Amino acid sequence: MNMIQALNSALDVKMGQDEDVLVFGEDVGYFGGVFRVTEKLQEKHGLQRCFDAPLTEGGIIGAAIGMGAYGLRPVPEIQFADYILPAYDQLVSEAARLRYRSNGEFWAPITVRTPYGGGIFGGQTHSQSPEAIFAHVTGLKVVIPSNPYDAKGLLISSIECDDPVVFLEPKRLYNGPFYGRPDEELKTWANSDHVGADVPEGHYEVPLGRAAIVREGTEATVLAYGTMVHVAEAGILDSGVDAELIDLRSIVPLDIDAITASVRKTGRCIILHEASRYAGFGGELSALVQERCFDYLRAPIARVCGYDMPYPHAFEWDYFPGPVRLSEALKSAVEYR
Amino acid sequence: MPILPDSNLSKSNLPPLSLYIPEPPARPGEEVSFAHVDRGEPGAVRRPDSAETEKEMRDLPYKLIRVLDDDGNAVGPWNPMLGADTLIKGLRAMMLSRVFDDRLFRAHRQGKTSFYMKSTGEEAISAAQSLALDKGDMFFPTYRALAWLHARNYPLTTLCNQIFSNAEDPLAGKQLPILMSARDYDFYSISGNLGVRFAHAVGWGMASAYKGGRKISLGYVGDGTTADGDFHEAMTFAGVFKAPTILCITNNQWAISSFAGFAQAEQTPFAAKALAYGMPGLKVDGNDFLAVWGATQWAAERARTNNGPTLIEFYTYRAEGHSTSDDPTKYRPKDEASKWPLGDPVERLKDHLIGLGEWDEERHAALVEELKEKVRVAVKEAEKIGTLGQSKPPIDEMFEDVFEEMDWRLKEQKRELLHRRGLEGKKG
Repeated sequence: MNMIQALNSALDVKMGQDEDVLVFGEDVGYFGGVFRVTEKLQEKHGLQRCFDAPLTEGGIIGAAIGMGAYGLRPVPEIQFADYILPAYDQLVSEAARLRYRSNGEFWAPITVRTPYGGGIFGGQTHSQSPEAIFAHVTGLKVVIPSNPYDAKGLLISSIECDDPVVFLEPKRLYNGPFYGRPDEELKTWANSDHVGADVPEGHYEVPLGRAAIVREGTEATVLAYGTMVHVAEAGILDSGVDAELIDLRSIVPLDIDAITASVRKTGRCIILHEASRYAGFGGELSALVQERCFDYLRAPIARVCGYDMPYPHAFEWDYFPGPVRLSEALKSAVEYR
Repeated sequence: MPILPDSNLSKSNLPPLSLYIPEPPARPGEEVSFAHVDRGEPGAVRRPDSAETEKEMRDLPYKLIRVLDDDGNAVGPWNPMLGADTLIKGLRAMMLSRVFDDRLFRAHRQGKTSFYMKSTGEEAISAAQSLALDKGDMFFPTYRALAWLHARNYPLTTLCNQIFSNAEDPLAGKQLPILMSARDYDFYSISGNLGVRFAHAVGWGMASAYKGGRKISLGYVGDGTTADGDFHEAMTFAGVFKAPTILCITNNQWAISSFAGFAQAEQTPFAAKALAYGMPGLKVDGNDFLAVWGATQWAAERARTNNGPTLIEFYTYRAEGHSTSDDPTKYRPKDEASKWPLGDPVERLKDHLIGLGEWDEERHAALVEELKEKVRVAVKEAEKIGTLGQSKPPIDEMFEDVFEEMDWRLKEQKRELLHRRGLEGKKG
């Protein structure tokens, strides 16, 4: 399965198991979604289980919260993460706080699926990576898969979770892995032997809050998620540094133990994300590593990120933090002092 | 970019443009004017069948539905024909709400709580709706609707505990005073940000319909909040999916210091906004307990029979300041409340009951005293547990319910706080 089919399978499995799971959003019903993630779900599970919504992100999330309070498990879709901002108030002030402010009387077991990330010539409003603005919100979980197997397992876990989850799908990885080299011939998930390309048919879970060590290494730790996991693989090979690569998978909750253990072992840490650098999630990761691994660090923690500007169209590959930039950062880190 | 001089000579025969800024009819020191209020005639608005199509009801939002006339008689088709027992129950709930508001407002002035908001003049709305709807129908309130809880006999001491944020606060000290949550009373968690919960009411109603249930939802916004995008979003969802929901605007003429004209009340009644969303809109005398009940019953019947949502504008007046932090004499005439043409909801229902021979001044005065005593006792009991800062919920609670289960951050932060408290305890 590619990532689209894996996500579709997760929705199909959960809809089959639990009639309280329903899916709605712009164009997700009859048409099956602009990225085909909800294809055939309406046909299979019925009009009321998977339906189109009016073009209002605030309304979609607001209604989902109300459904959640009733006892359903809605899985609303926001067509692009760039367009989730009209629903930000609903997510921050309501979904994230409902349980806390009602002292546990009401909660919002919703999973908001949304495609995110760049590398597709999406320009300013089809490329953004807004994970940091959700990570900062107490009460929200934030999940980001990097391969089809995780995508399905993490989505199932998110739907089953009673906390509100923002589920960011790297659309650059929908059809195949992407190593950050746009001139290279692209592989589909089917013809790649990449880890996670095999997806079982039925129900399985990938737990939230647990990172995956994609590659073991001794000289440095690279922290990445989403598309950047693959870019990191390429960058590490280019650099010749024996780096350990950790795919965080969920940034809230964060697998702090995996991160700490790795950096204490390697003594160096590079953080890689597409989102712009200033106040990005890399800042939090850097602070956590510094606090917990200070005595073990042999080089400054480095962040390889998007630049601090709106995502540009023509300059896509200058903006996108590709393997070359990671490779340079890794080499600098091992050569430090 | 520089602003270019207007050189459009071909339009020089027109007067220059001028920006219109709405202004209320009267400011402090000026004579109160309610000339713009069209009270209509009690009993004059028709009551269509609740299954009627929206198209056939477009006249409704422009006329004020009233049942009680100036002599206290119930007239016309919207009279819900309630028994005296029910009417007295409603009267009691409204009176309790008012007595409670007065007492807790004083408690704020005495420093026993940080904040309070009264519902004075608007008690009929949530009291009547609380009694008219069924157990299990979910209410998505604003912060000016505590009469819902009073009508259902929510324990007063518990309410005071929440307002004092003391050790037995049902919300464990997490929420501002009166931003209640009371699931067992079908009272959804209130938050400080306006409008957002209007869509929750719609989603809740959709969920009930999806599950083939029989419950309906009831959502509130104030007049000011209709300007918020959330209003439009919720109305769109409600209209598109024919949600079994009653959506209400409590138009009390004021949003803090801004008169309703800033939410566009000058050109069209709020109730008429319903028409753009394909649902019926009712404009109802919000100070008329019977009219509120009648309209709610009609809208509930419509929702329960899969005929979809209704928007109701409750036309009323915010008789007191916005909150304990507000002084309304700074922006409106001091005596405006007393001149409101639709009167006082408590007085009007009382006069009606007296007219029916079911009530009298003595019983009324005795009930006031009884309720004052009840509230006094409740406040005393809550004070014994503690007022603001004198008593707090267990500190562990502070970290609970951020998530279903605490993550490592919260566990660490809790440990840190408890450790520091332990050290401070030793010092003391």
